[in-house]
Amino acid sequence: MSNLERLIASFFNAEVAWRYLPRIAEGMLVTLGLGLAVIATGVLVGLCLAVLRALRVPFTGWMIVGFADIFRALPPLVIIIVLFFAFPYIGLSMNAFTATWLSLSLVLAAFAEEVFWAGILSVHKGQWDAALSLGLTHWKTLREVILPQAIRLTVPPLTNRVISITKGTALGSVVALHEILNVASSGSSEAGNPTPLTLGAIAYLILFIPFVWFGRRLEKRFAWKR
Amino acid sequence: METLIQVFFNPAIIARVWPFLLQGFGTTLMLSALVIPLGLAGGLLLALASTHASRWVRASAMVYVDFFRAFPPLVLLIFIYFGFPFLSIDMPKLAAVALGFFLNTSSYYGEIFRAGIESIARGQMEAALSMGLTKGQAYRHVIVPQAVKNVLPDLVSNTLEVIKLTTLASVVALPELLNNARQAQALTYNATPIVLAALMYLALLWPIVRLMSRLEHKHLARR
Repeated sequence: MSNLERLIASFFNAEVAWRYLPRIAEGMLVTLGLGLAVIATGVLVGLCLAVLRALRVPFTGWMIVGFADIFRALPPLVIIIVLFFAFPYIGLSMNAFTATWLSLSLVLAAFAEEVFWAGILSVHKGQWDAALSLGLTHWKTLREVILPQAIRLTVPPLTNRVISITKGTALGSVVALHEILNVASSGSSEAGNPTPLTLGAIAYLILFIPFVWFGRRLEKRFAWKR
Repeated sequence: METLIQVFFNPAIIARVWPFLLQGFGTTLMLSALVIPLGLAGGLLLALASTHASRWVRASAMVYVDFFRAFPPLVLLIFIYFGFPFLSIDMPKLAAVALGFFLNTSSYYGEIFRAGIESIARGQMEAALSMGLTKGQAYRHVIVPQAVKNVLPDLVSNTLEVIKLTTLASVVALPELLNNARQAQALTYNATPIVLAALMYLALLWPIVRLMSRLEHKHLARR
């Protein structure tokens, strides 16, 4: 067999691909569901934390900074492993989906909080003064004056964060969550052929290339005019 | 409370696994010291390519960057580590890890450097060239230093991500910190090694998070 033939027979084997396609498709659904759940939870919790911080609720400031620091510092795989392998020792067991979802959501919430907070800070302070002097409450000022402007600024950096953290769903394979990577690598060792891994790689491209392009376009649109 | 200490912060187990974890910590540092400079160099080359005059050079740099930013790094690593042997390419573990991380981190660094280079007004290049500098000199002495300064917070933030990325090497049993912690946990039937490793990561990375926050806020204030 020539080298090229061997490459095709191992990485693009049609027979193997056909056999594993349904499983990879199921893995894609798990990855998609997990990704959407992480995005929804992470962005929402991040926004709530930034709002709490901006309203200067007593004692919350330091706790939020601590939370954001810890979950920005810890590698996501470490968090998943702590939740999945360490917590059962104190009677707190969770399944692979919950452990992965919770870990990635905490990480995204931490980064999103910082991005929203930076957005809130970048709105000129005079706008707070003006709105408050018009008789708006703190909460109304934040909701109707500050946030609409702040969120515009946060779109490009947040999109990039969301993409890179959502790709972390692949880490679920380490705790045997049946998402794309797990299905693909167990398929390739079962078949004795890496074609399922190729399918898995293509599945990721299908899911994430549109996101990457979307992020690029957003960056161009929101780029600072110089 | 007693049980919590017994399973999460067990002093006897800490004493037993500490040298092993420290060894893993050393490997994590070594791996970071290998991957960060490689990624920075590759990223700079990619950025120069994606601001190149030729459309083909620009397009291929962009395809590379988008392609490797769409793949989760763990997928790249598994693909290289478990796929390549099928082509009878025998790759040492460290080489597979370094290659997988390089493809990923160079794309991210590349995007950052590109944004930096694009933030420098075109007149600077023209001025440098008209002063008699070669294009290479202009990049080295005029464009890149200013570009780096403009995107410093992003560079620090990505470097933090690269160090966090090294934990993935545990999946192919490269003996870095997370790998050793999991082995120690399996041997001792106790969660202490994992908790300890998490604290060690925190001790290493928290200062970088603080630095990143300070740089970001300084940057905001400058605008």
